[in-house]
Amino acid sequence: MSARQLLLLGGISLAILGMSYGLWYAVFVEHQALDEIGRSLSSGFQAAAERNSVGAENSLLLYRQAKYVYDRQVDVHGHWIGLAMLIIVLGIGFDHLGVPEKIKQMLAWALLIGSTLFPLGVLMQTWSHGPLPRAIAILGSGLVITALAGMVLGLIRRQNA
Amino acid sequence: MATPEPLIALAPLDREGFARLSARRLLTLAGIGMILVGMIFGDIFAVFVLHQNAAHVGGSLASAAQAAANGDVAAVASHFTNTGGFLENRGTKVDTHVHLIAFGYLALLLALIQPWVKFSEAGRRRLAWLLVFGAVLLPVGAFLIHYVGLAYSPLRSIGWASIFADLGGLLVLSATIGYMVGIGRHFLVRAAFPSDKLRSDRSAAARWLLAGGLCLILVGFVHGAYYAGSDLYRHEEADYKILSQLSSAAAAHDQAQINQALGDYGQLQGDKAVKIAAHAHIIEFGLLAMLLAFFQPYVQLSEIWKVRWAGVLLCGSLLLPVCVLLEMRYGLVAGGIADAGGLLVIVALLAMWIGILRYTGHVDAITSGAQP
Repeated sequence: MSARQLLLLGGISLAILGMSYGLWYAVFVEHQALDEIGRSLSSGFQAAAERNSVGAENSLLLYRQAKYVYDRQVDVHGHWIGLAMLIIVLGIGFDHLGVPEKIKQMLAWALLIGSTLFPLGVLMQTWSHGPLPRAIAILGSGLVITALAGMVLGLIRRQNA
Repeated sequence: MATPEPLIALAPLDREGFARLSARRLLTLAGIGMILVGMIFGDIFAVFVLHQNAAHVGGSLASAAQAAANGDVAAVASHFTNTGGFLENRGTKVDTHVHLIAFGYLALLLALIQPWVKFSEAGRRRLAWLLVFGAVLLPVGAFLIHYVGLAYSPLRSIGWASIFADLGGLLVLSATIGYMVGIGRHFLVRAAFPSDKLRSDRSAAARWLLAGGLCLILVGFVHGAYYAGSDLYRHEEADYKILSQLSSAAAAHDQAQINQALGDYGQLQGDKAVKIAAHAHIIEFGLLAMLLAFFQPYVQLSEIWKVRWAGVLLCGSLLLPVCVLLEMRYGLVAGGIADAGGLLVIVALLAMWIGILRYTGHVDAITSGAQP
């Protein structure tokens, strides 16, 4: 499979994954998550009004957890689709890069793997607070940035040629 | 400014690929149109709704804290209900803005890959209509969520507007899967990539947009990584800590501490908002520039004006996120310049869209037998 085919098929697959995730999230999770955020915050201040400091603290901890999960779930949806679109655009314009096919293959794989791993690591943070999800997200974003930097250099080489 | 370029317009390949009501033309014009509407909506939202809404949210939170300090439980619940309403108003408008633009990008992407979709033109056109319909339905539905609420809804927490928005998302997803199947068929028969003028264009405007767009995206990613490493967890910790201080101060009836916490919370929300907005906008504009690079052969303007509009677009794309970042330090001055940057992007995009409309008019004239 050529680098272009890889990026096109990989990008569209990632876009479908991101959209399916977003659709599932919007139908089954988002409203409940927003309700939980609002309810726990309100309960925290109602407990404070009742001078119940333990209740207030517990409710705010619930708010913190619900918001932590909500922010990451929205980020995953946005980043998967955004990265998918970027991959497809780069796939279409890959012949503008002044580098050999072997390098193009490496850049394409790095971008595709990074774009899958980075949001996956963020999503995994909602299941585990350990170091592994964070390491996966950092590895993914590092791969994306490295691949993009390589592509910028390839584009500059082509323009100077 | 708008010199006709008969050499481009008369190319037979383009006439076929961009024929009247073709899937590619529909997706191109609808895609740029959706991006334009989404950006103008975003500008109107930023100027007339965003700041006022933030003030309402801050005011409701302050009132809730005051009510908690006074021991009035019912008033706390009432103020948070108001806050929920303001946040929903803001959230659904952000969703409308973001989805219109994202679907516009998707439409442009799909317009570019049309030669690789191994379906008949009629099939591709049906998928294009399905996508455009869903892409309009979702943002309109999202916009109406705040106003329709749960009226006549058969469900406990999801209203009709939300149901239609989800249906729009499903239609877009179905159309995208349909195109994916078409591309899969192309690859399965191991057909060679058909030649396409859009991909082979090496004009100065296209090169500027492609290289400039990719650089903007790279800068955006580096900034995002920096934000995630240095600010994200600090912001999340501060969000919880300040709210906790606010609740404790309310319970202790400590007015000075309440005011301090409210001020800190507003500052934190502002800091978060500008950093996320700068990150999102620089990447979005970079992607837009790259997409537009491929459509330059269809922009029927003189070469010099194409380069000028590309420059205007890239300038605005850099100006807006940089000035948004500076808003916390320089306030309204930076905000005003950021809005001007957004306007530059809109004007450049509009100019290119008009250029493409001129081109399609030219093709229509040829198709209907008129002299070019």
